[in-house]
Amino acid sequence: MNAIRRGLATLAGVLLSWQMIIVIGELPPYILPNPWAVAVSLGRNAGSLLSHASVTTLEILTGMVLGTILGSGTALALGYSRRARRWLLPMLIASQAIPVFAIAPLLVLWLGYGMASKIAMTLLIIYFPVTANFYDGLRHVPPGWLDLARVMRPEPRRWAVLRHIALPAALPALASGLRIAAAVAPIGAVLGEWVGSSAGLGYLMLHANSRMQVDLMFAALATLATLAVGLYFAVDAALKRLLPWHSANPETTETG
Amino acid sequence: MSPVPVLPAIPGPPLAVNLRSAQLVYGGLTLFDGLDLDLTGGCFTCLLGSSGIGKSSLLRLLAGLTAIGVSGDLRGDDGLPLTGRVAWMAQQDLLLPWLNVLDNVTLGSRLRGERPDRPRALGLLARVGLADAALARPDTLSGGMRQRAALARTLMEDRPVVLMDEPFSGLDALTRLRLQALAAELLIGRTVLLVTHDPLEALRLGGHILVMSGRPAIVQTLPDLPGAPPRDPGDPAVQAAYRAILRLLEVVT
Repeated sequence: MNAIRRGLATLAGVLLSWQMIIVIGELPPYILPNPWAVAVSLGRNAGSLLSHASVTTLEILTGMVLGTILGSGTALALGYSRRARRWLLPMLIASQAIPVFAIAPLLVLWLGYGMASKIAMTLLIIYFPVTANFYDGLRHVPPGWLDLARVMRPEPRRWAVLRHIALPAALPALASGLRIAAAVAPIGAVLGEWVGSSAGLGYLMLHANSRMQVDLMFAALATLATLAVGLYFAVDAALKRLLPWHSANPETTETG
Repeated sequence: MSPVPVLPAIPGPPLAVNLRSAQLVYGGLTLFDGLDLDLTGGCFTCLLGSSGIGKSSLLRLLAGLTAIGVSGDLRGDDGLPLTGRVAWMAQQDLLLPWLNVLDNVTLGSRLRGERPDRPRALGLLARVGLADAALARPDTLSGGMRQRAALARTLMEDRPVVLMDEPFSGLDALTRLRLQALAAELLIGRTVLLVTHDPLEALRLGGHILVMSGRPAIVQTLPDLPGAPPRDPGDPAVQAAYRAILRLLEVVT
């Protein structure tokens, strides 16, 4: 597979420049450990890394599911009720003016040091992209399809058009929202863990940092990166499979 | 394969359509005002006009797709409104990309919460030459095949009045000729209005031909041509009428 070869080449390039920076800059291991030291740390701490990673994964996935449900629900309400548009839309936009980073300590205060605050954090961070993208899709259903449906006298009118035309037509837009969500969801979970927690990769990183275990910190970072990239590609592959008509469109299919 | 099924008869006598004092004001411009239009029941009528004249808006008015600035009194000759008795075919095929061809053809019944009549849909697909493509996704079909599927979907609605908005204008010349003949054959007995900017298409297909021109636009009726559609474009009567239309549309003087 070409994609795999490209990925491996990129990884090799990153590792090589990493090593070169250390050699050229004469950096001590407590500033920047070399790739090999990180690999050794990865192997030695595999068990603890895995258990912390599973906590973070669970937080990310739960937050994504809840955020997707909540975001889709909001988008549907916005798309189908003028009152919801009038009340909810300004609130939705205003809520984005408050950085999630600023409410993270509050969430930990309210929901405790456990998973709940991290799930809430993930949910909040993906809520807007899911809502905004799906709502956009619902608003931009090709008018010809709606005209066609109108002439066909759907019954009950709005629900039938939503179910058979608008909803499937907006799914590719929702998919874009979910791709963004998959990319940013790990930020929410790790941020929540930094603010206050007793488990998860974010916790492990802070913990290692305070003990000058820089190689473990990098090992946790590598695990997190793998997790995030894996999540993105899993979501992307699932969406392509679920919406074959969309990915078959030559304008949106990757080439090469 | 079963023999090609016969199209179901249109229920009741053909429905004539009368539109009175139609008006279209768009962006401060009066495109037409006090316009009357009559469609003979069971007849294939073509409406010709240059682009931007308001013919598509007129068709949409007939289809019940009223927009801001459009108004008019629209009835069947039985005095009842046309609501629910019209099928519409647009210039774009409007096939839904997530449904296969068969599901696209039966879209109307699903929108109305009825059980789709799949045998009839398959029969119609066979009639338009898509028997083998029933389960294909629209994006795998050629433009001509897609428009055939759209035609089958229009026929599936089984309405006495069929409104077509330049349905063949996006196709290459040969595909267009084939589809015109197919439409003429399959729509016999229904009240059809085909909007087109192509005089030859109107001459080939029209039982009656209407020409829309001027601003505010008026609709004139051309004298009926001899022979049954689809006509041969090389016919001298067709050629003569072609010149008459170009004069009406002020292309030649």
